[in-house]
Amino acid sequence: MRRLLLMLALLPCLAVAADPDYVLTIRDHRFVPAELRVPAGKKIKLIVDNQDATAEEFESHALNREKVIPPKSKAPVFIGPLKPGQYPFVGEFHEKTANGVIIAE
Amino acid sequence: MFGAAIIVLRETFEAALLIGIVAAATRSIAGRGRWVAGGVLAGLAGACVVAALTGQIAALFDGVGQELFNATVLGIAVILLGCHNVWMSAHGVELSAEARQMGRDVSDGRRELSAILVVISLAVLREGSETALFLYGLMSNGEVAAPAVLSGGALGLLVGALLGLLLYAGLLRIPMKWFFRVTSFLILLLAAGMASRMAQFLIQADMIPGLASPLWDMSAVLPTNSTAGTFLHALAGYDAAPMGMQVLFYAVALITIPAGMWWVQRSASSPSR
Repeated sequence: MRRLLLMLALLPCLAVAADPDYVLTIRDHRFVPAELRVPAGKKIKLIVDNQDATAEEFESHALNREKVIPPKSKAPVFIGPLKPGQYPFVGEFHEKTANGVIIAE
Repeated sequence: MFGAAIIVLRETFEAALLIGIVAAATRSIAGRGRWVAGGVLAGLAGACVVAALTGQIAALFDGVGQELFNATVLGIAVILLGCHNVWMSAHGVELSAEARQMGRDVSDGRRELSAILVVISLAVLREGSETALFLYGLMSNGEVAAPAVLSGGALGLLVGALLGLLLYAGLLRIPMKWFFRVTSFLILLLAAGMASRMAQFLIQADMIPGLASPLWDMSAVLPTNSTAGTFLHALAGYDAAPMGMQVLFYAVALITIPAGMWWVQRSASSPSR
């Protein structure tokens, strides 16, 4: 029983090890890269790394996600599994410059 | 500034919609105004605190603290709104029952009123903390002057509150016979929409599976960010491309709350009680 619990507890580590993280950096109110390619049909851990001195909201209607990223910090956003296609996203607090697209293929 | 006005308008409208519906649904209860106002003020105060602490909240629980916070707030609101509907369906029966039950009505009534305070303050807390953070972000950006941001925000707040007020006035014009049914139905939709949003946050934090993502996609017909989509989203939790788990949460709220209302009504009207 205890071994089973231990295995269950370790499962998330396996999942993380199997899928590399994808990093989106926010710098000067822009996303780098502005075009991120990810595999379709898989759950993806997206790390949004906000290097600006202001907060930003990662928002995508296509992905159905929204999350505030505080200044000078990173936060995970889980997306997918996605069908192949283009999923635009914006930084809602600086929509003019902060936009990009995730391409699932 | 239009950017600020639009964002504040949207957040205010979502909160005002809920306040309007809850205020209308409880209009027969005396002293309700104070609880509604108290809820708004408590929510605003909380929003400022949350905005200031966003960094810490977001960093909690391996970076998904913000999702857990939002999901918890929504979960509490769903339960309270559900209880409100169930309680009101029994209360309606009690009102027409014997006068000796008056004492119990009053004590029950007080509990009901504190629930209003909590529901309203939670709604204001959620929408308000986002707004505060957004305005703060615009101002610290440096591109836009603080007075422009503040006047834009004030404009959005005014229009959002006005829309909520119009809805409230429209609700008041509904004949009494239909009034209770209409408001309970609106609250039911609000609660179900919140349950769906709660699921969305938990999926985003990878705490529950999304099941089908999305289950269907109506973005081509009625996008969530269109005017009609935004209205339906605020009112009934409309989502153009919901995940399977969201639909499940929505359906559970949509079935459980009326079932509770029906059950309470039935046991209240049965002769054994």
